[in-house]
Amino acid sequence: MSAAAKPLIAVQRLSKVWPNGGEALRDISLDLPASPQVLSLIGPSGCGKSTLLRLIAGLEQPTQGSIAWSTGATANRANGSGPNIGYVFQEPTLMPWATVFENVYLPFKIAGVSRRAAQEAIMEALRGVHLEDAAQRYPRELSGGMKMRVSVARALAPRPPILLMDEPFAALDEITRLKLNNDLLALWEALGLTVIFVTHSVFESVYLSDRIVVMAPGPGRIAADLAIEAPYPRDEAFRSSALYTEACIRVSAALKQAMGEAP
Amino acid sequence: MKRALEAAAPYLFGFCALVVWEAAVRLTHTPTFILPGPLAVGAALVQDFPRLFPALVFTVGVTVSAFLASASLGLLLALIMTSSRWMERSLFPYAVILQVTPVVAIAPLIIIWVKDTRLALLICAWLVAFFPVVSNTSIGLRSADPNLASLFKLYGASPLQATVWLKLPSAAPYYLAGLRIAGGLSLIGAVVAEFVAGSGGDRSGLAALILEAGYRLNMPRMFAALLLISVVGVLMYALLTRLSALVLGHWHESAPRGPDRP
Repeated sequence: MSAAAKPLIAVQRLSKVWPNGGEALRDISLDLPASPQVLSLIGPSGCGKSTLLRLIAGLEQPTQGSIAWSTGATANRANGSGPNIGYVFQEPTLMPWATVFENVYLPFKIAGVSRRAAQEAIMEALRGVHLEDAAQRYPRELSGGMKMRVSVARALAPRPPILLMDEPFAALDEITRLKLNNDLLALWEALGLTVIFVTHSVFESVYLSDRIVVMAPGPGRIAADLAIEAPYPRDEAFRSSALYTEACIRVSAALKQAMGEAP
Repeated sequence: MKRALEAAAPYLFGFCALVVWEAAVRLTHTPTFILPGPLAVGAALVQDFPRLFPALVFTVGVTVSAFLASASLGLLLALIMTSSRWMERSLFPYAVILQVTPVVAIAPLIIIWVKDTRLALLICAWLVAFFPVVSNTSIGLRSADPNLASLFKLYGASPLQATVWLKLPSAAPYYLAGLRIAGGLSLIGAVVAEFVAGSGGDRSGLAALILEAGYRLNMPRMFAALLLISVVGVLMYALLTRLSALVLGHWHESAPRGPDRP
């Protein structure tokens, strides 16, 4: 991983207090390098992981602090304004009345790009998640894993430099989840983007990430910032390696400590 | 065979009921001005057709106009009310007041105020029918997936884009359910208003015909008119159910599933 001069995103001293007085985040500072990275945010429920993700995406406004984007990231291929961000929720969040193609077309549709002009990018994104044959099907005809793939394809179709994922595979069964983890890594390597991945699972975070940020609750803050120095590409063999086990122990310990610190 | 029998069951039941009815009337020698048999009603339907048909056209006209007004104005009102909290707070109580006040109580006023009887009846029927459309559609417009709404925001969608591409499709099942209720209610509203208006003037509908037949103790004609009203109601319901299946069939859980669906 080469150290870039200017970070893709610089989060500085970010705090978020809800209107009811609840303090979600306190004094969060985090730099994301311009070079591709998979960063996992891990922490117990209520530590503000999802809130941090929504703040980075601009879906919530911070109470204090700032989020600075490098200029390259602000050119949105789809709509030409605002940061170009891919976002995947815990639920597939598809429009049930629209076909798979129409769902992936959504970012382009909002930006005023015609179907014809977006066709290539949409089909490419669907090929990336192995769903090119399902373009004309409706969400209710798909399995949970397939719906999630459509959601990923929609997020990636406008080719964002950054993909935010909020516990995307948490509701899936273990087998589908492992498969999607591998698919995600393959896409990440092919597209060269930065991924911020929110998860509850130590194992998932170690398998996917080269960096894990452990968060502590009450109010949400960063407790540890760990590097996972295992080379990519990673495959099933990595799951049984000593390096993997060692990293899982390290992250678990940091998580335990973070939770112990909570008042 | 079993399936065919199941499909025929309601018709068989209806036929048996008619036979029992006819037999009972004949065996007890009940006079037709108390209860006519189904055959007498059928005869009235044919004989009185020149009188029944214009009345049917009139009632259907009022019902359908009131329904269309409810469908369009109800949707519009729901859009206005969900556009801002202020609008909702200002308007919703009045929609409720209009709904809970019995139409029988307001109808005489409307009939006095509005010169054109047809228009007065239409307004009464609309008052009864529009509320389920407004309240259902308002819930539907608010029921859009909050994550999808976040996604629209993330991609910089305008309020118009979010309304047309997210809120309206989300509201469609609720709107269509509202329409099914409004279909029946516009017929009820039209008939009740006509009862209040009475059979004044040359242009009158089935309800006025029922009133008049009642005064004359012409029970077969009364039953024939009643039958026509029921047929109109059933047809409205069937058409709206069909419309609902047509619009929602390919995606919504409420629609019946074909063999190709999981």
